[in-house]
Amino acid sequence: MDYFLELFLGGLTRGSIYALIALGYTMVYGIIELINFAHGEIYMIGAFTGLIVISVLTMLGWNSIAIIILAALIAMLYSAAYGFTIEKIAYKPLRGSQRLSALISAIGMSLFLQNYVLLAQTSNFLPYPNLIPTWDFLKPVGHIVRSTEIVIYIAAALVMVALTYLIKFTRMGKAMRAVAQDRDMSMLVGVDVNRVISFTFIIGSSIAALGGVLVASHIGQVNFYVGFIAGIKAFVAAVLGGIGSMPGAVLGSLVLGWTESFFTGYISSDYEDVFAFVFLVLILIFRPAGILGRSDTDKV
Amino acid sequence: MRKHFGRYFALIALFALAGLILFACGQQQEKSAEATKEAAPVEKAIEPVKLGVAGAHSGDLASYGIPTVRAAELIVKKRNAMSGACGRQIELLVEDDVCKPEVATNTATKLVTDGANVVVGHICSGATKAALGIYKESGIIAMSPSATNPALTQSGDYPNFYRTIASDDAQARLEVDFALDVLKFKKIAVLHDKGDYGKGLAEFAKGFLENDSRAEVVLYEGITPGAVDYSAVVQKIKRSEAEAVIFGGYHPEASKLVQQMRNKAMDTVFISDDGVKDDTFIKVAGEFAEGVYATGPVDTSSNPIAIEAVEMHKKEYGEEPGAFFLNAYAATLALLNAVEKSGSTDYDVLTKTLQSEWVATPLGIIKFDEKGDAIGVGFAMYQVQNGQYVTVEF
Repeated sequence: MDYFLELFLGGLTRGSIYALIALGYTMVYGIIELINFAHGEIYMIGAFTGLIVISVLTMLGWNSIAIIILAALIAMLYSAAYGFTIEKIAYKPLRGSQRLSALISAIGMSLFLQNYVLLAQTSNFLPYPNLIPTWDFLKPVGHIVRSTEIVIYIAAALVMVALTYLIKFTRMGKAMRAVAQDRDMSMLVGVDVNRVISFTFIIGSSIAALGGVLVASHIGQVNFYVGFIAGIKAFVAAVLGGIGSMPGAVLGSLVLGWTESFFTGYISSDYEDVFAFVFLVLILIFRPAGILGRSDTDKV
Repeated sequence: MRKHFGRYFALIALFALAGLILFACGQQQEKSAEATKEAAPVEKAIEPVKLGVAGAHSGDLASYGIPTVRAAELIVKKRNAMSGACGRQIELLVEDDVCKPEVATNTATKLVTDGANVVVGHICSGATKAALGIYKESGIIAMSPSATNPALTQSGDYPNFYRTIASDDAQARLEVDFALDVLKFKKIAVLHDKGDYGKGLAEFAKGFLENDSRAEVVLYEGITPGAVDYSAVVQKIKRSEAEAVIFGGYHPEASKLVQQMRNKAMDTVFISDDGVKDDTFIKVAGEFAEGVYATGPVDTSSNPIAIEAVEMHKKEYGEEPGAFFLNAYAATLALLNAVEKSGSTDYDVLTKTLQSEWVATPLGIIKFDEKGDAIGVGFAMYQVQNGQYVTVEF
């Protein structure tokens, strides 16, 4: 039973990590139907920015809680600027063209950012400090779950709730839904489409950066390539849960995390990825729009 | 002070060795003078010793083969300026095999027809295997600086083959021996990163452990490189109650595994390979790296012959030597030394000399075992102590 619980919590951690990335992915897709492949790179840039801030503040001798909060905030701001710029440079000029062009542009942006960080920073793995202290009440179960993991669970849940609220109940959310439904029509009724899309990218990128700082702090290392693999897995999770849906992204991430964890634990980790993707195919056969996705019939 | 002492000692050892060589030569000449009845020894003494050098000298893998040619050139130039081998000049025969087995057979045939006495080469395992049959029929000894395929020596098919590099399974052997003989563990988990290098090592380690009744493999798993975390695998190691993990792979996965194991309050010993014996591992894993074992090549940076060889290379070619240069230097030295000491290029005589006489090379003082692997070349066990890899003597 202990073993089951440990695997369950391990899967929950993995799932929450995927969720922090998948939420931004799925939101951008939901609004402009673009698979933003550079999203994983924004996550990686967030982690790097956080590391730089942490190094500087640690030298100044700040308190570790203050450091992690400030590092996360600065990383979110910086990555939001990146997300905003990427949209303006790589996606906006292609907005009227085929979806394939924007997709290729996204892949190009992803490769560009990876190599940019590789050249500007380093190709080596860098150690990432774990700044979240071990809480006293967790000490008895310290070998099962750590405080960083709990912070990741909470962050994923909070972000999901906040985004759902933002989209369902705010004015900006209403504009986002309108743009998602019919971009031309919303423009006609006076929605500033450019502003809505920029806002979407800013929010999506800052969530990715928050994930980057927390996850890198949990894993303890970072390099220029971490965003790529995490991004692919998060994309799979978003599709699994129903791309475009916030609770779907979280559910899909958790399902993927648990699938991997239990498969590794009870069968073998050799075919972990194979099994995860077979599971994805099976779900898509029976629910083509994902677990929580709505299958819209195309307007004729 | 210690360093200086080491250098003087090595110098003295060199002089002593040089003395031995001269002595051996003299002895041999006396012997051959005694045995004048044997076929034309006088003519033979004037004939040059033909040293074949085969390997990839062009194509994709040329960077593996060229350093060997340079090593041979440097030694031959130096030797010929002095007295050659026992008064016989040394002649180089350089042939290219582009690391392809089908070309290597032609290369070998060419060297045999040109009258090579001994061959340094080949470079790639596949090409070496293809060429060895031809040398075997002609009674020629071949010594590779780089062919690491275990079967080349262990199968016993090629008694004329020697090498100055440890075979692929040497690291796994050392890891297993260390875990069983020194640490006396009974339950061992073997993990790898599914890559050629890591999985290859893990398979050897698993094989050695299964053939040994002292320990059992409680877990054998491949992990996904680059995965966000390894908590499920770590739980599995914990459940298997393994006392040690032998990991085949590189440092990014190793540091994640070690960190997660220590975070889950596991003190399982971690033993790995030279993919982990890297300072980046210590930097990234930080305090968790303490106590981790890793095998790595024996340190040659303070070996006087190695320093001299590298200096000569820099002077002659104006750059740092490339891959397997020191191994090739050692192979050439070992072969010429055997020719000098025995005063002959006869297959049986050379075989006996190679297997009985120690020779000082850039890799240390070595000789060869019956199968053809060099004794004294290979891997040492290191442990992270106070943020540094330290050699473990056992």
